[in-house]
Amino acid sequence: MDINIASQITSFLAALVLLTAFAMLAQRRMYGLVNLFAWQGLFLSINTAIVGFVAGKHHLYISSVLTLSLKVILLPYILHVLIRRLKVHKEVEMVVNIPMTMLIGIALVIFSYHLTAPVMELSTLVTRSTLAVALATVMIGLLMMITRRHAVTQIIGFLAMENGLFFAATSATYGMPLVVELGVALDILIAAFIFGIFFFHINTTFDSLDVDQMARLKEED
Amino acid sequence: MIFTPLEIISFSVLLLFLSVLFVPLLKGNQRLLINVSFMLISLASLLGLAGGIWAVGGGITNKLVLPLGLSDLPFHLRVDPLAGFFLTVICLLSFFVSLYSIGYVKGYLGRRPVTSLIVFYCLFLAGMMMVVIADDALFFLISWEVMAAASYFLVMFEDENIENRKAAFLYMIIAHIGAIAILLSFGIMAGLTTGFESFSGYTFDAMRQAEFPLKWATAAFLLAFFGFAAKAGVIPLHVWLPEAHPVAPSNVSALMSGVMLKTAIYGIIRVTFDLLGSFPWWWGAIVLILGLISAVMGVLFALMQSDLKRLLAYSSVENIGIILIGIGASMIFTSFQMPLLAALALIAGLYHTMNHAMFKGLLFMGAGAVLHATGERNMEEMGGLIHRMKWTAPLFLIGCVSISALPPFNGFVSEWLTFQAFLLSPALPSPMLKLLIPLGAALLALTAALSAACFVKAFGITFMGHWRGASMPRVHEADWPMRSGMILASHACLLLGVLPTFFIDWMDIIPQQLIGTKIGASSGAYGWLWLTPIAPERASYSGPIVFLGILFVVIAVYLLLHVRPGNIQRAPIWDCGFAKLNERMQYSSASFSMPIRRIFGFLFKIKEEVKLTPCGTHKPFPKRLNYHLKIRDRFWGWLYKPIVDSSFWVARHVGKLQQGRIQAYLIYSFITIIILLLFSR
Repeated sequence: MDINIASQITSFLAALVLLTAFAMLAQRRMYGLVNLFAWQGLFLSINTAIVGFVAGKHHLYISSVLTLSLKVILLPYILHVLIRRLKVHKEVEMVVNIPMTMLIGIALVIFSYHLTAPVMELSTLVTRSTLAVALATVMIGLLMMITRRHAVTQIIGFLAMENGLFFAATSATYGMPLVVELGVALDILIAAFIFGIFFFHINTTFDSLDVDQMARLKEED
Repeated sequence: MIFTPLEIISFSVLLLFLSVLFVPLLKGNQRLLINVSFMLISLASLLGLAGGIWAVGGGITNKLVLPLGLSDLPFHLRVDPLAGFFLTVICLLSFFVSLYSIGYVKGYLGRRPVTSLIVFYCLFLAGMMMVVIADDALFFLISWEVMAAASYFLVMFEDENIENRKAAFLYMIIAHIGAIAILLSFGIMAGLTTGFESFSGYTFDAMRQAEFPLKWATAAFLLAFFGFAAKAGVIPLHVWLPEAHPVAPSNVSALMSGVMLKTAIYGIIRVTFDLLGSFPWWWGAIVLILGLISAVMGVLFALMQSDLKRLLAYSSVENIGIILIGIGASMIFTSFQMPLLAALALIAGLYHTMNHAMFKGLLFMGAGAVLHATGERNMEEMGGLIHRMKWTAPLFLIGCVSISALPPFNGFVSEWLTFQAFLLSPALPSPMLKLLIPLGAALLALTAALSAACFVKAFGITFMGHWRGASMPRVHEADWPMRSGMILASHACLLLGVLPTFFIDWMDIIPQQLIGTKIGASSGAYGWLWLTPIAPERASYSGPIVFLGILFVVIAVYLLLHVRPGNIQRAPIWDCGFAKLNERMQYSSASFSMPIRRIFGFLFKIKEEVKLTPCGTHKPFPKRLNYHLKIRDRFWGWLYKPIVDSSFWVARHVGKLQQGRIQAYLIYSFITIIILLLFSR
């Protein structure tokens, strides 16, 4: 494959990842949110495979398969089960309204490009242009955690953040060593399980998954 | 010999740790537990005492490296004469106090379990002994913390009283602020010894070898002095002392006041004379001035107290001041190359360290016996105990005479030596010191006089006259273990006062190692009978002759009074023609200290209130008069209250950050990340 074509494909996939990130910011439905997350994972996985092919780093294929199985199949499945069991598939509640969130998101993307400009000048990798997108995905994930009130949306935000980190690793240095990636993947899986268990407990304790309820845990003064 | 002093001492520490493990096994039978464990502790103290005396007497220095501690940072142990001397002080008093505890702790039987008291008592003693034999910064700080934490729990022992909890908390805070300062000081010294890349500078040996630039040495000294002063209760860091000592069990207060404060003195001497080695004269001036302030203020505060144990606690501040005067003077003389005077002043300070341990231990034990017998700490309620406590009263009196620096007891010798160091000093080459030294001598004299007044009050109000309280409780004399502890301590006071030459000959090795000169207690011609520091034509004191003289006078007066039965007559008190006298008309603690309160009142925050209840409408004929007197420490308002208030203020405002909402916390991290990214770009 020609290096130019590869570069264009990665840029295109990066655009898709950013698009899903924005879509997640705008999505009101819980199921839709999980599906968007799965789509983001899929784009990420394809991107990783292509980068691996172009750069000749074959361990990236394993990362790609790992991403596919974990973030496209397993985690969305767990989240689906969670939503069904906890009966929380209604509309997502927001702290800040959607247009406002989108505007902040755009500001973050611009900020990321501003931030990574010096890196892009120095780097020679095919993927260098996608670094800003990766950073923006991380920040949008964090923004999602801040603006949503529901515990399940917070975990999706957290996982989206992780997607962004993974993306950043691929685009900045052609991926982390395989051992690290395996460890991170395992961590994410376990985190998802722990979150699941916690949600059940929070649900039984507070009769709700609204994290605002947890403000009651604060010590009174 | 097969053993070395250090091995004996380590064995003694080990024995204390073993008894910690073994105490919970006997939890079921508390009486047996008290007997067995305090016997074991006494045994351990005797072992440590033997090791300490031997180390000083033989001038032995032993080292040992234990394969404990962190990897590559093993524990170093070392005993040298200085450590041996402090071990002797610690173990001698802890032997007396442990014997005393066999009786005293039984007073808690039936009220509360004493298992924790015994466990922490062992740990406390072990901690103090470890502090003295530690030879690296790591082990020193660990031991220091063991000592501080154990004593915290001992102060907390009767934790149902709010004043115990408050006192323990205050003690904990000040102890830890001090510990941080000490840690930083060791950090500076270790860092300068080997650089900050390697840790091997943490041993005291490495610090001894190193040469420190003056700027850093000063920083290390000031930090260490601050840290140790917080432990020793030097004014203005003394506030924890009068709170913690009264509420702790009396045997513990005896140890805390008698020896725990001395570990801080040990630390000061170790860091300045041994680790840093050379110093400018103004370090000594700082120590001397703070010592003078502590001595004078401490005794004035002590005079104002009506709580017996609180009075003793403030008096500890005073005595720590006197010890620091000796050490500060010694530092000044050392830096001006006057080794003989430096040695004399150091000996005076160390001698007073030993003496204070003995008589303050004795006094706290006596106060404990009174508390045990009457359940009362307030002197205004006491009186007339001399008739009921025929053993405790004379023993307490011996403590009072010793602490008032009257011959033939020990307090006199050490204060006399301190005076000699002052008076024999020729013109020092600094005009400020020329002023300071005579002023110091004058203040020391004032302190001695005031402390005599203070203990006349302590003894007189507590033991003389009639019971002042509403109804006299059933007072019982202390039992034999308690008595034996006090009797031994009083004999130590007497022996240290009568035979100072032997004691000084024994410890003369310490100034020789630290400063390089002996003082030679007695110049050849006079032998052991006469104590002649520097030169016999300047000053000399003979303990035995003075003792015999006083003994002769006492016997003569006794015989004169008792030779004819009619010499002593008992009659009712003359009541000036008024109506019947009652117990409330006696001289009280507040009235005793009234004249001194008038003179030095500006140093205290005094709130005096007189309330008259008129008889019907006749104002000039009051039916009842209420007198309220409240004396507060000014340092609390000056120094501590602003700090406390401002930290509460800051905490309240920082607390507003804690919203309890996850989003808020996430926003904090988000903003932090963005700001960091902006700055790191």
